[in-house]
Amino acid sequence: MVIQTEGLTFNFGSQTVVKSLSLQVPEGSIYGFLGPNGAGKTTTIKLLLNLLQSQEGNIKLFDLDFHANRQEILSQVGSLIEQPAIYGHLTGRENLQNRAILLQVSKKRVDEMLSLVRLSQAADKKTSKYSLGMKQRLGIALALLSDPKLLILDEPTNGLDPNGIIEIRELLKTLVAEHNKTVFISSHLLGEIERMATHVGIINNGELLFQGEMKDLEAISQPLVHIETTNTVDAANLLTKNNYTVIDVNDSYLSVTYQSKEKTGQINTLLNQNGYTVYSIYKVQKYLEKLFLDITQTPAK
Amino acid sequence: MKGFLLSLQSEFYKSRKTLGFWASILLPFILILLVSIGFYTHVDKLSHGPGMMLWLLFSGAVLNIMGALLLPMYAIFIAYSVNSIEHKADTWKSLFSLPIAKWSVYSAKFLYAVILVFLTLLLFALFSIGFGDLLGVLKPGLKFLDYHMEWTLLQIYFKLFLSALGILSIQFLLSLLWTDFLKPMGIGFVCFIAGVISVGVNWDYAYIIPYAHPMLALKSMMGTHKRGTPPTQIVIDIFTHDVYVSLAVFAVVFVAGFFIVQKKSVK
Repeated sequence: MVIQTEGLTFNFGSQTVVKSLSLQVPEGSIYGFLGPNGAGKTTTIKLLLNLLQSQEGNIKLFDLDFHANRQEILSQVGSLIEQPAIYGHLTGRENLQNRAILLQVSKKRVDEMLSLVRLSQAADKKTSKYSLGMKQRLGIALALLSDPKLLILDEPTNGLDPNGIIEIRELLKTLVAEHNKTVFISSHLLGEIERMATHVGIINNGELLFQGEMKDLEAISQPLVHIETTNTVDAANLLTKNNYTVIDVNDSYLSVTYQSKEKTGQINTLLNQNGYTVYSIYKVQKYLEKLFLDITQTPAK
Repeated sequence: MKGFLLSLQSEFYKSRKTLGFWASILLPFILILLVSIGFYTHVDKLSHGPGMMLWLLFSGAVLNIMGALLLPMYAIFIAYSVNSIEHKADTWKSLFSLPIAKWSVYSAKFLYAVILVFLTLLLFALFSIGFGDLLGVLKPGLKFLDYHMEWTLLQIYFKLFLSALGILSIQFLLSLLWTDFLKPMGIGFVCFIAGVISVGVNWDYAYIIPYAHPMLALKSMMGTHKRGTPPTQIVIDIFTHDVYVSLAVFAVVFVAGFFIVQKKSVK
């Protein structure tokens, strides 16, 4: 495991922000750390980097205890936390150069990073004049500068335009697939995680509600039959009487749990025979978005 | 140790384009330039004085402003400036997640502030000597070249440097802990006023207030000759009570700050 925590707890005053968190981030994964704003994501990341001191539990990175191996661990971690930390009075290149001094990285690497995040053109412009997206890209370049084995990114696509988001996503996928990196990425947007993560952890109110591979999450997601018809309410009653489970009804459509192709055909026939016109009928995967909401909105047990 | 040197190098790299850094060079330059212009334009009034008196007048004009007002304020400003660079850019979190020990990051920053103050005071001494000699060359009527007090000036400014370390360390810690400018500045200002008053009323224990040290350092030097009679020799006693207290405060605050940084959460 690249990241492993056990019973990690952090209290902010009397409020528990992170509750007994046990993360398992395997090597070579893109671990999506998902949760609504204020769920405790940034706090967890700061605990992982020892910027905050945990009150309970322990943290292991690369199977090493953090406190005893701080420098060795940090030399293999690149991070971007909240807004990128950039000196506004320096140019993009100088920001990287400054970090290169601290990490003893060559100048060549600075240029490589600039072109990787497509900032070569703006490299000699003061970063206070950068757009949010440019700052974010520079932040990612800073995190990647030391060629770390583990990248910890806190909402890295904040402020990026759709093209920028796609580029970052492709970059992270390449890093994992070709350079054997591990990426721990937090987000409040499921759509973003869904498109790149191999593993996912869902956190809400400081508690880990789900952790596993992406496909496990998809497996919980139950398929539905989406039916557009006349008089949806009566149609729903008819289906209920015939032992179908109606999930959702509104003026224009209703949804029923999916059982099989044949059953879907039978639903169609049943509705037609009873005088309902079926405009459309098809199988849908319950959106992960909805599932995410279900998971995070369930009161904590 | 390597991390410490790298951090120090980075401190210089990132601050070399800031006002904090340039103030260290420009402050002595501008102040001494102005005094020199004053001397240059008033040759007739000053030309009958002996070389030693001229030097005392010349360096005294700068020293009085420095010791009485500028040095404590400057220490407050430098302490703020080296920390605010991180507060402004929100870079504490990235500094403390580098593979460099926390003590290295902290002490490199601390030392950098000390170096800036040292640089300023060294430049004050060097510019005083340089501009004095230059005036002597440009206006032979001013007998600057008749007398030499290079060593004395270096000693005086070294004493001032030591006397500023107490203030610098306290202000450094305050500026490290607080993001905004007003809190450390306000506290520094109030303490400085208290220091001025304590020296002004000749309080016996004024030397326990670090903010009074630069003034005390100057005062203790002024007393080496009797009023009215022209001095023949200037004796500088660097290690007086106030300098010892300043050094002690410096050491204690540095160590305390180190433990605070170790325990502190980074927002």
